[in-house]
Amino acid sequence: MIQIQNLQKSYGKTRALAGIDLRVGQGELFAYLGPNGAGKTTTIRILTGLTQLTGGTALLNAHDIRTRSRAAKRQCGLVPQQINLDGELTVRENLDIHGRLFAMPGVTRKQRILELLDYVELTERAENLVKQLSGGLKRRVLIARALLHHPRILFLDEPTVGLDADIRRRIWGLIKKIQQDGTTIFLTTHYIEEAEFLADRVAFLDEGRIVALDRPDRLIAELGGWAVDQLADSGMQTRYYPDREAAREAMAGRDTGFTLRRVNLEDVYLAQTGKKVQ
Amino acid sequence: MIQGFIAVYLREMIIVKRRFKRLVASMAVSPLLYLLAFSYAMGGEVKFDGFTYTEFLIPGLVAMSSMIQSFAIATDINVARFYWGIFEEFQAAPIRNAAYVAGEVLAGMSRALIAIVVILLLGLAFGVNLDYGPLLWLAALLNSFVFASLAVALAMLVRSHADQSLLTSFVITPMAFLGGTFFPVERLPDWAESILFFLPLTHASESIRAVAFGRVPDWRAYAVLAGVGLLCFLLALKTVNKARD
Repeated sequence: MIQIQNLQKSYGKTRALAGIDLRVGQGELFAYLGPNGAGKTTTIRILTGLTQLTGGTALLNAHDIRTRSRAAKRQCGLVPQQINLDGELTVRENLDIHGRLFAMPGVTRKQRILELLDYVELTERAENLVKQLSGGLKRRVLIARALLHHPRILFLDEPTVGLDADIRRRIWGLIKKIQQDGTTIFLTTHYIEEAEFLADRVAFLDEGRIVALDRPDRLIAELGGWAVDQLADSGMQTRYYPDREAAREAMAGRDTGFTLRRVNLEDVYLAQTGKKVQ
Repeated sequence: MIQGFIAVYLREMIIVKRRFKRLVASMAVSPLLYLLAFSYAMGGEVKFDGFTYTEFLIPGLVAMSSMIQSFAIATDINVARFYWGIFEEFQAAPIRNAAYVAGEVLAGMSRALIAIVVILLLGLAFGVNLDYGPLLWLAALLNSFVFASLAVALAMLVRSHADQSLLTSFVITPMAFLGGTFFPVERLPDWAESILFFLPLTHASESIRAVAFGRVPDWRAYAVLAGVGLLCFLLALKTVNKARD
């Protein structure tokens, strides 16, 4: 479980997080969305001990990240946005070093490495140097590494960024599988369909504040189920309607120049902030 | 604590193993050039206390190489920090700063040890065979402890690769030339000798040379190296948190 109260972070005079309150339940898959610079990565960096917070408190499974940082770190696994594997080490060596950092005993560590290599379908690549792998394979190594020490909370910071659509969907399957094993997952992404497909709840972040937080279906329902995009002189205008019939009625008499579609999470975010998720 | 330390050290040693041939070649190039240039240029005419210049040079090169190679761990740390992002893997792990610093410092000292063996083998190739007793190794290891600890501390404080090379230019290069590697410090004017007394490398060169020449080294030099090393190690512990933001 993740409990955050009034979490703040400033870099000099720049405020990256302006007071975040959040509670993520055990086994929940929580998506954290927002434009570049909104504070998504900063939140994850604070929770995983990579950056120090300026104010507020955060507990990971009841361990305060400030006063019980090592106990808190033992709770989490991190798949960072930037691939931070050691290119000069093999896949197995990368995993082995990680296991040692988390004080896993030798036999358990070796066994767990075999299990995870199989889990992410990389058994045959175990002795390859990481620098020889493709981006998608490196992402799978990152996921295996993050899971190695049996974390109860997994932080995924843009886990599919820059990957082809088929590999992205493969990783989604993996993420769902991890959640089914009872792991709490905290996900940041700018692929809105990723959040919509995976998340139990989503939070939208803007300028260091949460501007909306709920289940994706509820957020969408609040806005209306259907949207009509219409090209106007000022650019694209979108109107929302509670159902398809209402939308069609509003467009009655017009054959072209508009698109009728279902409302998605991006609409929710646009409506909340007037900005596009990036 | 121990597992974290082993993880950090092991990672560095795997990299050393993988680059071993290149590393040894790079460790040998400069000393070989110094030996070729100075030995043949000076011949047997220049003598210090009855020893040829080549014999004088070898202990100095042992001190200098142990300094340069142990300090080189800073470059590896910064490549891991700025290029690979590996440092974050260590930061996100539940290990103490002491485990991280000790692992990196020991890795720096291990590299220095390889460099010392390379110099001694080069010395043999040039017909130099001096006294390489335990006190020589102790001085060289203390010297590498000083500079590996300093390297970790500075690597945590710098913000880019460019800063790192500046440190090498302003700290290591002058010390390599002034710390008793190439000439006896006592031949300099008193004021210069007094300044050079504050360089750890001066104490390392003099101790290593004393042992190599079959003399009894000054124990105070060992105390200075151990003291400075400890201070640098403590500084490194303090600076690890600074690298966090």
